[in-house]
Amino acid sequence: MTQRLPLIIFALVLAVIPLVPGIPPFWIVLLDNIGLAALVAMGLVLLTGVGGLTSFGQAAFCGFGAYTTAVLTTAYGVSPWLTLPASLLVSGIAAVLLGLVTVRLSGHYLPLGTIAWGIGLFYLFSKLEFLGRNDGISGIPPLSIGSFKMLSPDAIYYAIWVAVLLAALLTMNLLDSRTGRAIRALRRGHIAAEAFGVQTPRAKLLVFIYAAVLAGLSGWLYAHFQRAANPTPFGAQAGIEYLFIAVVGGAGYVWGGVLGAGIVVILKEVLQSYLPYIFGGQSQLETIVFGIMLVLLLQLAPQGVWPWLMSKLPFKPARKVPDTSVKLEHRERAPGTSSVLLHIEKARKQFGGVLAVNDVSFDVNAREIVALIGPNGAGKSTTFNLITGVLAATSGKIAVLGNEVANAPPQEVVKLGVSRTFQHVKLVPDMTVLENVAIGAHLRGNSGAISSMLRLDRTDEAKLLAEAARQIARVGLSDQIDQLAGSLSLGQQRIVEIARALCVDPMLLLLDEPAAGLRHMEKQRLAALLRQLRDGGMSVLLVEHDMGFVMDLADRIVVLDFGTKIAEGTPAAIKRNPDVIKAYLGAAA
Amino acid sequence: MNTTIMLFLLQDGITNGAIYALLGLALVLVFAVTRVILIPQGEFVTYGALSYAMLATGQVPGTVRLAVAMGLVAFALDLFFARKALHARLVLRSIALNIVFPFALLGLVYALVGPNTPIAVNIALALLIVAAIGLFLYRIAFQPIAHTSVLVLLIASVGCHLALQGLGLVFFGAEGLRGPALSSAAVTAGPLRFTGQSLAVYGLTVGFIVALWLFFGYTRTGKALRATAVNRLGARLVGIRTTLSGQIAFLLASVIGAISGILIVPITTLYYDTGFLIGLKGFIAAIIGGLVSYPLTAVAAILVGIVEAFSSFYASNFKEVIVFTLILPVLVLRSLAAPQVEEEKD
Repeated sequence: MTQRLPLIIFALVLAVIPLVPGIPPFWIVLLDNIGLAALVAMGLVLLTGVGGLTSFGQAAFCGFGAYTTAVLTTAYGVSPWLTLPASLLVSGIAAVLLGLVTVRLSGHYLPLGTIAWGIGLFYLFSKLEFLGRNDGISGIPPLSIGSFKMLSPDAIYYAIWVAVLLAALLTMNLLDSRTGRAIRALRRGHIAAEAFGVQTPRAKLLVFIYAAVLAGLSGWLYAHFQRAANPTPFGAQAGIEYLFIAVVGGAGYVWGGVLGAGIVVILKEVLQSYLPYIFGGQSQLETIVFGIMLVLLLQLAPQGVWPWLMSKLPFKPARKVPDTSVKLEHRERAPGTSSVLLHIEKARKQFGGVLAVNDVSFDVNAREIVALIGPNGAGKSTTFNLITGVLAATSGKIAVLGNEVANAPPQEVVKLGVSRTFQHVKLVPDMTVLENVAIGAHLRGNSGAISSMLRLDRTDEAKLLAEAARQIARVGLSDQIDQLAGSLSLGQQRIVEIARALCVDPMLLLLDEPAAGLRHMEKQRLAALLRQLRDGGMSVLLVEHDMGFVMDLADRIVVLDFGTKIAEGTPAAIKRNPDVIKAYLGAAA
Repeated sequence: MNTTIMLFLLQDGITNGAIYALLGLALVLVFAVTRVILIPQGEFVTYGALSYAMLATGQVPGTVRLAVAMGLVAFALDLFFARKALHARLVLRSIALNIVFPFALLGLVYALVGPNTPIAVNIALALLIVAAIGLFLYRIAFQPIAHTSVLVLLIASVGCHLALQGLGLVFFGAEGLRGPALSSAAVTAGPLRFTGQSLAVYGLTVGFIVALWLFFGYTRTGKALRATAVNRLGARLVGIRTTLSGQIAFLLASVIGAISGILIVPITTLYYDTGFLIGLKGFIAAIIGGLVSYPLTAVAAILVGIVEAFSSFYASNFKEVIVFTLILPVLVLRSLAAPQVEEEKD
């Protein structure tokens, strides 16, 4: 309840504003505009700030929403309320079609692609006969409840702000859930998320559609507010402005979208009304100031105003402590046809002319710790990537319990009970340790986006968080559970990765240099933990350079050199193996 | 269809395409060196074209005053960032570049402007003005955030575009302008007539492509510029002055933009905001070229020009729609073809 308090106060203040006697009607119009922009910006927060997908084309989705209702109400006489689902549906469908193309784009192609279709759609709106070409469509009926028509700005004010608050609530619910964590992991690249079963293209498409539907809602409200729709507010300039709003407010924060909308809309109004007095009658002066301020803002506060404001707060919002008493059911074991846990036969990986892994074969049995060692560039990490499906093997066979995984995607491999850590830590730095670890349990929950938004996922969510908290306690990081992952030392971040991998409830744990960056005592604790895991029935395959650590811990060692397996055996045998000594120390030794 | 019409459309398309190619090359150049996706490229075009057109009528374009103002800001920034270690050499260099150069330019413009000034002088002045603006733009807007992500740079780039376009309206007004042709010569071949203007367009485009290709492939500076793009820190460690690389890239891009503008302003009327659309079409070409390949960009630009010419003939209403949607299948192919590399963002 305490977390909802600021929201309730905000809603009450908003509800009272139009009732204050003597308030200029113009202020209400401004607030209406802020609400409309906030809806679009909120979608962009999710899409760009959280999901890392920059879109300059959101204004076009407003256009879909606005034109849908404009056409249906004026040409077919449909009631405005009935056009709401139609408007959302049209924007959603447009988002699916554009999204299928767009979310596949990587890097800077993505924002450029959105500029391109943003402009293309603007011209389409302004050329199509049935959309009224450049003049657009006018005479759209107002929203009405019974005989009450929302003709004045303060009548539709309530409709707009109810939509904004609902959208904010749903968006925050979504972010604080299993699906939300998957979305938040997208910005840091797809490999880590996919290793825990997140279908990243689907997650990207989801946020794309979500943002488009919010923009469509804004467009629908806009059409009934202005009672007209023309192409100008849905062009490239507007799309840029929405992104600007999100960046100003703080692209990573839901309320940043609302705050940004407030700042930008008011600023624009002030600039438009006062600049001509200062500089004479020239129009468009506000775009100059606007552009300069955008550049300045990026140089001074690239994170936006909202996080800056929050850091000034005298108190910090309390975090929930997960109740570890709820049990999460074990993962359903994949059916196996072989008693060998991991079977690698003549695995081979070629990058152009470089042979990174050359017909390597070895097995990992149940309850066994196997170490994969070798000098730098021996192909250890590549072997890991082959096993976990990050890379497809050029040839050879890799099987988990008899199930062939050689060309399976990472999401399928993890389902078989193989989880991993990364040589270069891949955590989401601005998520807490708990949230990061909970990503590991992604496949053990089943709540989707809709149920998360409506908070129907709470029992499922409580189980996931409880499991994450248990694994954090297991690796000994309970004190850091609420800290941001990015604030931990590199050694601790590696341990967090292990906790995340344990959340999968794996049969085989792949650890890529887990002891790097750990202190002596921490290494001993890690070794004890791994032994305990083995005794509990888990197998571990690890890559490690610390020979003391490996020789002490491993049951068996596989040695790679230049992609080829040169030895395999117990630590004692490996220590005496002449080939291994030669590989590490050179021929003369 | 009629062969003559087809030839006309082709010629028209290739002429426009050559301009897009020039702009596409500049975009590739800037992106390759600074990772900035240069949306204000279009403003360089209009600034160049309209400054030239105004000079031709004997007026002083406002852009020269902008260059002076930006120089002052750049100088202030130089001093501010170097405040911990102010060397005389550094200050002198900064004064020479940021104060003396734009003021000298201002003086030159006022001294030379007049209705009878030769075309070549006007062109040189317009180019110098835009070059100064391009140089200072990098110093002011991008150099302080040069280390940030492509996205942050892109948004800053959009901000620059908005500001420069707004200033364009102040300097040139809402009315369009046309400039005098570079030469009145013309060659006739069959049904087609090649004006000296369009021949200049072809020649300069080819010249720039070859020059850039040679510059980046075979000169030390060119290689240093490429190294900066791949890894700023690494480039600095081996002694490349990365800020200088960025300044060179922006200088080249602004000059190329201004030349394109001067080449087309005798053919079509340009407005203060025309550059944005022209620049975007250069973009489409640059993207098709993957933002790395000069020859591919040039070919793609010609293709964009031809598609535009044909669609303006057959479906003139949907010309822009067709041109801008052209990019989507290309982007998809590009993304599918490029191996999915893990990027560490922010």
